[in-house]
Amino acid sequence: MSGKDRVVVGLATCGIAAGGVSVMEEIRREIKKRNLGVEVAETGCIGYCFAEVLVEIQKAGMPKVIYGEVKPNDVPLIVEGHLIEGKILRDKALLIEGRKTPEADFLKKQKRIVLANCGLIDPENIDDYIATGGYEALKKVLSGMTPEQVREEILASGLRGRGGAGFPTGQKWNLCAMAQGKDKYIVCNADEGDPGAFMDRSVLEGDPHAVIEGMIIGGYAIGATHGYIYCRAEYPLAVRRLKKAIADATSRGFLGKNILSSGYSLDIVVKEGAGAFVCGEETALIASIEGKRGMPRPRPPFPANKGIWGMPTNINNVETFANVPWIIRNRAKKFAKMGTVGSKGTKVFCLTGKVRRGGLAEVEMGTTLREVIFGVGGGIKEGRKFKAVQIGGPSGGCLPESLLDTPVDYDSLPAAGAIMGSGGMVVVDDTTCMVDLAKYFLTFTQMESCGKCVPCRLGTKRMLEILTRICKGEGKPEDIDLLEKLAIDIKEGSLCQLGGTAPNPVLTTLRYFRDEYVAHIRDKRCPAGLCVDLVTFHIDPEKCTGCGVCLKNCPSGAISGERKKPHVIDEDKCIKCRECIRRCRFDAVYTV
Amino acid sequence: MMSAYSPGACDNGEQSRVLEKILKKYKGSEGALIPVLQEAQEALGYLSEETLKKIAKATGRTLAQVYGVATFYAQFRLEPIGKHLVRICHGTACHVAGADDIDAAVCGHLGLPEEGGTTGDMEFTVEKVVCVGACSLAPIMIVDGVAHGRLNPDKARSVIKSYQKSENERSGGGARSGKRAQKKK
Repeated sequence: MSGKDRVVVGLATCGIAAGGVSVMEEIRREIKKRNLGVEVAETGCIGYCFAEVLVEIQKAGMPKVIYGEVKPNDVPLIVEGHLIEGKILRDKALLIEGRKTPEADFLKKQKRIVLANCGLIDPENIDDYIATGGYEALKKVLSGMTPEQVREEILASGLRGRGGAGFPTGQKWNLCAMAQGKDKYIVCNADEGDPGAFMDRSVLEGDPHAVIEGMIIGGYAIGATHGYIYCRAEYPLAVRRLKKAIADATSRGFLGKNILSSGYSLDIVVKEGAGAFVCGEETALIASIEGKRGMPRPRPPFPANKGIWGMPTNINNVETFANVPWIIRNRAKKFAKMGTVGSKGTKVFCLTGKVRRGGLAEVEMGTTLREVIFGVGGGIKEGRKFKAVQIGGPSGGCLPESLLDTPVDYDSLPAAGAIMGSGGMVVVDDTTCMVDLAKYFLTFTQMESCGKCVPCRLGTKRMLEILTRICKGEGKPEDIDLLEKLAIDIKEGSLCQLGGTAPNPVLTTLRYFRDEYVAHIRDKRCPAGLCVDLVTFHIDPEKCTGCGVCLKNCPSGAISGERKKPHVIDEDKCIKCRECIRRCRFDAVYTV
Repeated sequence: MMSAYSPGACDNGEQSRVLEKILKKYKGSEGALIPVLQEAQEALGYLSEETLKKIAKATGRTLAQVYGVATFYAQFRLEPIGKHLVRICHGTACHVAGADDIDAAVCGHLGLPEEGGTTGDMEFTVEKVVCVGACSLAPIMIVDGVAHGRLNPDKARSVIKSYQKSENERSGGGARSGKRAQKKK
């Protein structure tokens, strides 16, 4: 990176979706028009996802500034004000280096190891990665460490699998290293299928070389001959950047035959998934790489002994690999100093839902949920009330306010009924119905069940039927017991962890929000006012100003009233589309 | 992902040639069935029975095996799709932000049932997808590979209208140039 003034635009999937490309084009146009000697670059996810499009400006003699919610028509102002006149546009500035801004806590409360480069470097430029110390760890390993020493270092660091299960990475590598086979495979699991989770995508899009470097080091440690990155097809940008990174690393001698003249060779190929959540499970992922239906098989034999084409195979998650170069560069001891007794290092979470500052949050293990949601995330949107946080996606659980002081680590979360999972953290407020949320997850797992074993295939279907009838107001008093019984049977009887964890959202909502189930079943009432079969719509005559907006927009003609006088909703005609609630500017429409 | 396919652009002969090329590229490589199906769909728009039969023959698998794989993964389509592919995200963040309302608005506007499908004129296919990983912009939908985030029902409808409009403009534009051509005469 030169000393030139620099404008950087965050162009990960979210940045692009929010219109980042047109902002970038506008910036280039303005700079060219005014003939400024300013470098314009792109970067991956900066993490402030809630305020996309993000533009960072580095100008000599001025602090670094990140502008948020930039639209193409803001660009001339920013270019003229900041780059030419040297004035910071305070109302648009999210973050001013060294100064306190309202959104500064978002980064200040984080500890970024995995995301250290995300949003700083150009992910498509290998020199940017190298300038931050990239591939130093690989050089250190290949020039002075035996594979055993590498495995010992990782074991000593206490790194555990970031895909969710939390198996010690060093131990996993040892198992595969000891297995015998003509070929050995090292696989990166980038099949990030959890709805509400995008940290792997952000790392792949923002710092692909870190993952590749971690994989090469892992490959050397176990003696792998071939590597695969199994990436979701829904992440086209990640796939493209990975392929470029692999080609660049190969041309610099970090990958391929005789890496850095060490005698060690490894090739890495990107395999695109085709849309099956179960393929995140190791044995299903292997079947999919082999071109088959991605169905899990019983273990043992474990992939470490019999994986791809029957050969020893080691599979780690994206975030796990991204931690490896840092550990080698900074030593295991330093890594092990972070976190708790059983969970070392940091974890990246995707903070989404009704939280004010949603985005990528990397925090030290052991940080409490409260610190993540209220410290990093800044609390709940629109001044509403926190109700629950859903952690770990469809395999995880919903935790209530009383458990907000639970630390995030591999031991505390399961004790509360949730799991660490891959790192999705969806915050919900009082407008979310917990029975509906449980139904949502069961709809997902039921659809994604591969169908091989009966408890998962039929059990999730039956649970979904029960939840559906409860939401419709047709629940029976015995349904809660039946749900609990089914949940336990499915957990115990399923072949893989998809079924083994599928009942978790139901079990945790039953545990912490049982009163909502009871209200649906006994009182035929949805406390959140969400389940359409259980609510009716009304207009508060005190609040209604008779503006007529609801009347004009009601698709079923159910609203009547004279102008400037309170309106009423005809229950018989109402189709419960919520259009009136959305349109009313006076908060006069309510549900009962 | 943007599809390279455009309906009616290639006849049967051309389709076979495209498929042959893909099959040749992957000939002899183990476990290549999924990439073959992906590339065939990308080029042809969907996987017809005929396409699956050819792939089975070339890869030395039974039709049942190929069909089994094609129906296992959500990405593969056995029916033709409309000119515009609308994918409405139903990830958790989108669900709690009202993805169902987006479904209702888009499908209602296009006259489709709420679970989606293809319009009679083959202009639009609407499908629900699970998490596109852009949760901070929820609710979100992707039209022909372009993401539209922070939606509400009105905004979703106007996005769809803009695709209908560009369609009309194109045909309208054709008519105008026709008139100009007439004037020249």
